[in-house]
Amino acid sequence: MGELAAFIILSCVTLIPAVVVVTSGNIVRSALSLVPTFLGVTGLYILLHAEFVAGIQILIYAGAITVLLLFVIMLTAGGTGTRIRQVNEQVPLGAMAAVWLGFLILLVIFRTPWQSAATAAPQYNIASVGTAFLTDYVLIFEVTSLVLLVSLIGAIIIARREE
Amino acid sequence: MLPYAWIIPVLPFIGFWWIIFAGRRAPGQGAYVAIGAMIGAAVLSVAAFIEVLRGARYDTSLVWATVLNRPLEVGFQVDPLTSVMLLIVTVVGSLIFVYSIGYMQGDPRYPRFFAYMSLFASSMLLLVLSNNFLSLYAGWELVGLCSYLLIGFWFERPAAARASMKAFVTTRVGDFFMFLGILLIFVQLGTLNFDGIFAGVETGRFAGGLLTLAAVLVFGGAVGKSAQVPLHVWLPDAMEGPTPVSALIHAATMVAAGVYLVARTYPLFFGTPGHEALTVVAYIGGITAIMAATIGVVQDDIKRVMAYSTISQLGYMMMGLGVLGFTAGVFHLMTHAFFKALLFLAAGSVIHAMHTNDIKQMGGLGKIMPYTYVTTVIGGLALAGIPPFAGFWSKDEILLEAYHHDQVLFALGAAGAFLTAFYVFRMIIYTFTGTLRSHNAHPHESPRVMTVPLMILAFFSTVIGLVGAPWWDNPFHHFVRFEGAEGAAFDLAFALRSTGIAALGVLSALVVYHWRLVSAASLRSAFGPLYTAVVHKYYWDELYQFAVIRPVVWAARQLRTFDVYVIDGVVNAIGAGFVGLARLYRVFDLYVVDGLVNVVAWTAKTTGGVLRYVQTGRPQNYLLVIALGVIALVVVGVIR
Amino acid sequence: MHVGLTHYLAVSTMLFCIGLYGVLTRRNAVAILMGIELMLNASNINLVAFNRYVAPGAVGGQTFALVIITLAACEAAVGLALVMAAYRSLETIHVDEINVMKW
Repeated sequence: MGELAAFIILSCVTLIPAVVVVTSGNIVRSALSLVPTFLGVTGLYILLHAEFVAGIQILIYAGAITVLLLFVIMLTAGGTGTRIRQVNEQVPLGAMAAVWLGFLILLVIFRTPWQSAATAAPQYNIASVGTAFLTDYVLIFEVTSLVLLVSLIGAIIIARREE
Repeated sequence: MLPYAWIIPVLPFIGFWWIIFAGRRAPGQGAYVAIGAMIGAAVLSVAAFIEVLRGARYDTSLVWATVLNRPLEVGFQVDPLTSVMLLIVTVVGSLIFVYSIGYMQGDPRYPRFFAYMSLFASSMLLLVLSNNFLSLYAGWELVGLCSYLLIGFWFERPAAARASMKAFVTTRVGDFFMFLGILLIFVQLGTLNFDGIFAGVETGRFAGGLLTLAAVLVFGGAVGKSAQVPLHVWLPDAMEGPTPVSALIHAATMVAAGVYLVARTYPLFFGTPGHEALTVVAYIGGITAIMAATIGVVQDDIKRVMAYSTISQLGYMMMGLGVLGFTAGVFHLMTHAFFKALLFLAAGSVIHAMHTNDIKQMGGLGKIMPYTYVTTVIGGLALAGIPPFAGFWSKDEILLEAYHHDQVLFALGAAGAFLTAFYVFRMIIYTFTGTLRSHNAHPHESPRVMTVPLMILAFFSTVIGLVGAPWWDNPFHHFVRFEGAEGAAFDLAFALRSTGIAALGVLSALVVYHWRLVSAASLRSAFGPLYTAVVHKYYWDELYQFAVIRPVVWAARQLRTFDVYVIDGVVNAIGAGFVGLARLYRVFDLYVVDGLVNVVAWTAKTTGGVLRYVQTGRPQNYLLVIALGVIALVVVGVIR
Repeated sequence: MHVGLTHYLAVSTMLFCIGLYGVLTRRNAVAILMGIELMLNASNINLVAFNRYVAPGAVGGQTFALVIITLAACEAAVGLALVMAAYRSLETIHVDEINVMKW
């Protein structure tokens, strides 16, 4: 019972600001609305016993990415004012596509007989994740770090002012 | 030799082709070829004559075609009549060819002249050698063609072109009747071979009115070719041709073809009831003789005088044949050939010197051109009928036969003889005596190539008549004769009378024109209306112009209108119809076919023009499409 | 009532569709990137939910989600760097005005 209530509250916290993100005329408001969304997702992760992921979510998403977005909004002039039209001409079709897609996937989800698992979750989430990264998924780990490096360098080079 | 007589017409025929192809490259620019061929033919003719004289005869045929199950034969024969004609054509022809070297010198179409003359000689020889109507008709038409070509030899002159057409058309009228006669004979007897026809006449298979009709129709051809009334109108105009042509064709040979035809087919005429066909022949001949003689009196053109004289003499020949004087008619044909050729060539010599035909402009040429003068006088005496010259013997015989047969015809003949002597000496006096009337002429005697033939012909004109003389039993009579048309015996008194008539004519001419005892003007006024009629040639040309030519031209115009408007109209309508159809096709092609092509292109263009908007270049559009695609796939997946 | 897999999947679906709507309809380039972040989050929720309900003994889903987060960060960085570079030369960050390569 309590879990369900928590789930519903967290879902609302996730979804309603998400709607604000995509519909707001003020770009800054959109960006800021991302924060509660990410926090809601964090809560969902905790409900799903994925504490490490939740932690990383807060750190990266709510922390770094949101700030990054805000930085870029400030640096580009697109953020000023609500008088600028923020949506393009695809609104009706896009809305329709989104709704239809959502409806169809929901349909599929509710129709599919999901199987519940038999095994239990491990005790210490972080330890098992860490172990998995350094044993089973070590290649992914290394490549991901490489990608980070590359994107770091790339972003710097791309965004650099040509002198 | 007689079986080879067919070579005689072939020699000039080869000459014709040689000259046509070689032109100026031929020996003597064609002259020597022609003369060589003619002399060769003459030699062969003499050989044939000698054999016939000894009694040989020859007749051969071969089947050429089969018509209505009846064989059509062609072939040739040599008998006395044919051998005489061969001699005349080849001998006189050779002399005229030699004369032409001088007369036609410098003419731009010199070789062609000799080519045409050779073709004519070949055709004439074919004609006289034929033993059947078919090849005779072929030769008949060919000489007509050559006459056309030669009369119109100087075709740049409109008068010559008209004259050649007039000659051809007029003789064509006669030839048409002759053809009907030939058809009639063929239908009745089934053969065109003379022997077969004569056998049919003798056995009575072909007799009565039908035979008379056939004979008269055949005579129609002779009327045209020999310039008898009423088809005589072409001969005076034919004088537009060169004088050698006039001499050979229109004096000596072609015009004599009609006489030859009657003589050759004499049994046809003789077999008619009461010889009525021969009566027709005789009267037409007689009327022609007197009429032409009267016209000849008032002619000032030297060649026209001779032309009318020829018409008149041909009338005499016909008259002679008609009054059952077979030998007389043929005899006169032979003598006439020589002295008329002589007279024409002499006239040509005068024309060559004076560059004019008008005798009123001449005068005093006797001293300047002695050879021409003497030979012309000889010819004139022969024509007038003064013994011992040739014309006397033959004309006297004809008059004798007429006297015994039909007094009317004798009267016509006698009057004609008087006028003949009168007009020929009128011409001679005007031309050769007195003083030269023209001021810009510089006459001189003609070259020897022209005067030598004159002299040879004069020689013949003097002596040839003696073959019909009585004191060695008239050898010609025994040579050329017809059973049943034996002439009367020589009558000295009659001969003296006919001589007297001729002498009277000569004297009258001298009286009027030389001694001027009676003025020509007074004669003209004395004969008043007759003079007017004669000067207008009895209005024959005007009559034909009104009665024949104008209706024919009118009919031609009507037909032309029909042709232009109806026939051409139909053709043009068909053409316009097709043009309209083509226009329709064009519309169809333009709008339907092209339209189809254009529609295809327009569709492609429009589709492209529409589809290009898909390429917006905006990823959000592409993403939308992807999303919609995914939705579609999921829907399909869900439904399945 | 027990919260099952379907609940989480439903939430992630809705979040995904909202993100899709944002990507399709927003003019501002940064807003589009925000929409993309939402979509990535939705897929993350999916992964973790499946991990929890279908294979709790394994940590593959969570690992994957972590990798995604990392990569999302990289991508956001590079993407925003691009937006900044574009803004510098084209003076606009409204994607429907950027049509230099359009026909």
